[in-house]
Amino acid sequence: MSDLDALENQSIYILREAYSRLKPIAMLWSLGKDSNVMLWLARKAFLGHVPFPVVHVDTGKKFPEMYAFRERFAKTWNLNLIVRDCPPVDEIDPSLPPAARSAARKTIGLKNVLDEFKFKGIIAGIRRDEQATRAKERVFSPRAESGAWNFRDQPPEFWDHFKSDLPEGAHMRIHPLLSWTELDIWRYIAREQIPIVDLYYSRNGKRYRSLGDSDITFPIESNATSISEIILELAHTKTSERAGRAMDHEREDAFERLRAQGYM
Amino acid sequence: MDGTVHALKQVEPASATVALTERFPFAIVGHVDHGKSSLIGRLLHDTHSLPEGKFAELKAASDKRGGQFEWSFLLDALQAERDQGITIDTTQIFFHTAKRRYVIIDAPGHKEFLKNAISGVAQAQAAILVIDAAEGVREQTRRHALILQLLGLRQIAVAVNKVDLIDFDRVRFDAIAREITEYLAQLKLSPTNIVPVSARNGDNIAEPSANMPWYQGPTILQALDSFQSAPVATDQPLRLPVQDVFKFDERRLVVGRIESGSLRVGDRLEFAPSFKQAKVASIETWNAPTPLTAHAGQSVAITLDDELFIERGHVAVHSDRRPVLGYRASLRIFWLDNQPLKVGQRLKLKVATAKYAVEVERISAVIDVEKLQPSEASEIGRNAIAEITVRSRALMALDLAADMQRTGRGVLLREGDIVGGALVLSAEASDVDKRLVGPDHLVTRDAREAVNGHRGAVLWLTGLSGSGKSTLAMGLERLLFQRGRQAFVLDGDLLRQGVTSDLGFSPKDRAENIRRSAEVAKLLADAGQVVIVSLISPYAEDRDRARKIIGERFHEIYVKADLATCESRDPKGLYKAARSGAIKNFTGIDAPYEAPQQPELVIDTTAQPMERSLAALTAYVEPAIALQLVKDAWAI
Repeated sequence: MSDLDALENQSIYILREAYSRLKPIAMLWSLGKDSNVMLWLARKAFLGHVPFPVVHVDTGKKFPEMYAFRERFAKTWNLNLIVRDCPPVDEIDPSLPPAARSAARKTIGLKNVLDEFKFKGIIAGIRRDEQATRAKERVFSPRAESGAWNFRDQPPEFWDHFKSDLPEGAHMRIHPLLSWTELDIWRYIAREQIPIVDLYYSRNGKRYRSLGDSDITFPIESNATSISEIILELAHTKTSERAGRAMDHEREDAFERLRAQGYM
Repeated sequence: MDGTVHALKQVEPASATVALTERFPFAIVGHVDHGKSSLIGRLLHDTHSLPEGKFAELKAASDKRGGQFEWSFLLDALQAERDQGITIDTTQIFFHTAKRRYVIIDAPGHKEFLKNAISGVAQAQAAILVIDAAEGVREQTRRHALILQLLGLRQIAVAVNKVDLIDFDRVRFDAIAREITEYLAQLKLSPTNIVPVSARNGDNIAEPSANMPWYQGPTILQALDSFQSAPVATDQPLRLPVQDVFKFDERRLVVGRIESGSLRVGDRLEFAPSFKQAKVASIETWNAPTPLTAHAGQSVAITLDDELFIERGHVAVHSDRRPVLGYRASLRIFWLDNQPLKVGQRLKLKVATAKYAVEVERISAVIDVEKLQPSEASEIGRNAIAEITVRSRALMALDLAADMQRTGRGVLLREGDIVGGALVLSAEASDVDKRLVGPDHLVTRDAREAVNGHRGAVLWLTGLSGSGKSTLAMGLERLLFQRGRQAFVLDGDLLRQGVTSDLGFSPKDRAENIRRSAEVAKLLADAGQVVIVSLISPYAEDRDRARKIIGERFHEIYVKADLATCESRDPKGLYKAARSGAIKNFTGIDAPYEAPQQPELVIDTTAQPMERSLAALTAYVEPAIALQLVKDAWAI
């Protein structure tokens, strides 16, 4: 079995565990490459279906290409799409640095979705290799009613046994891509021919390596215009994937604070 | 960002292809402060895996804090870690050699965080055990080695770190090497390599050290490259634990991951522990060709030729290579909960997707980590390793950890939380449940008793009023209940409020009272209960009739006390009432009591305290209700 097959089978196992154990459940769709891979894996796990709602917590500041992508593939893939807007930035904790404060809108937006739909499970496409605090995540990661992540006292998780019982009001974040790397994601996109937003491809010597809000996400210098060129570029890079995401870099602990409060 | 393209050109093209192939997760474990994080920092640096400028940045941050630069700073990604100076949770770091990609799982050495260490290490295929050359083998060195063994890791290399602190002394290195080798040998583990290193100075990490000409073995990187990838268990018996049953597009799909073995379209599968069988009609996929076979490691969806009742927790197997089906198992466990585990407690044992409600019948031993000797204990504290026997209410399908790694182990759950890991050492096969299978699905008495773990019985306590029958009956009921037995008291006074409320105390009515009580007791015993009847039942003839009604499960227990003693106790004031003539036909006063001639047990309560009487009764009851076991398979 190839390493991509192993990752695919493991993610399918996780998605089926989540669907079996946690109801109601939903998947977050940020329209980026990772959540597209995650959706693809869900269709593999559920034989062409996505048997739960797909949620886009909309900051209203995504790139136009991303909105077009959303409308097109929600229809093509027959998704039960839920779109909810995030609250304006002046409602967010002013002690956060500006970009983190902007990103934190999504945390509140997600909390509102949880309040509205009472989801017990939220499937999110984070990966361990993206960022140091995400490296500490569990596959099934319980969140308190406030949405807060208690990274100091996480449940044990081994041999693919996941905690799935939750107190009232709490919810579980499920991370089926946790063991994947950025390179794995691109190799899988290439193998499966998964559609992605074309902002990832180079235009005028620049491309987006990671897609967030248009005002706090910056392109990298790159001439990669195809998936195979992206893969070749990534095999050699020493820059981190989220280097273009301003909120990660404002202060040493800014991203950790975001995550502890419930950010993805 | 502008360094990206530039960096690309500096790396030789060969790494582009190798980095894409095999991934190999390994753990770094060892006693707190023995240098795990430093080793990782050094590995990343020496394999040129650090992001541009990261080293300089950390060095600057370290200088700003006014301390010496430590390689471990690299990993201290979380603010909280720097505050406490210890690694809180498991972290994953990536690098690659010319051979393959590595995922480093950094497991915290601090004892508080064993659950995190386990969560990390369980994902690894091999491990490096770090030992401080100056400190030698310590408690957590041993504990971590033991955990590696319990988690099923068999490939372990040892890094004897900080050899600069012992002046690169061969004799001291050899002593540590010998000590850890001997310890690992007791665990049936043998280190692949024992490497003297200095993570701080880079000796024997990526490059051989000039400081130790006496050492000719591999560097840490070479030791890593010599680890083997775990083979997929396709040659083992098929185990496909059912995760879920989907009903999509008119298809009924049984889904799960094949943990071992293979299956083929047309195979007849049995869904253990149910004995139900059906053939594989198809293996379904989406956006991929439909295969005819599937193997270990694959998450599959199959359809069957027959619509059986199948649910999560069933395990699809080939019937000629079944797991052990039984109610009892002995487990080696590691306990992670703050609340200790005690005999009699109820837990869930989760193996693959099956969850069994079990009760701890026995704690056989707690393992001493230093000497690996079992010792007796009445409870299992946090982070302890122990051997226990559990009994399940439902039939379990279990594999032994020694034969089948993935399905021979599981977790213990308490109120939904994972509180321990378990390896199945042995399981007691039960053959009773085959009788359950048939067109009419009769639940037999044997099956019921097997589920309960004991036989149904009627303990008929006879004796004068005030002899202590009720006190003994209630005491025994409570004790049996605490032990997980199905026990129920039929009290004469309570019966007379309902079932026999139309009867008086004439000899004829007494006879009918006894007959009805015996019939009720028989039904309850048939239902698996240990029925404790507390009735004066003064006439031998009536008691003999009860014996006939109930049969071999009838136990006559004479609760004996002389009349004077009973009258002096007179708990309900009945003797007083009888003496004054307010009650007629009162046994012992104006009605006879015929003492049993050959009771199964006599308990004389005249002089002995009630606790001793209860102990005597219990000592008789336990063997009387014990199942006749085929073999004592859980003795360790």
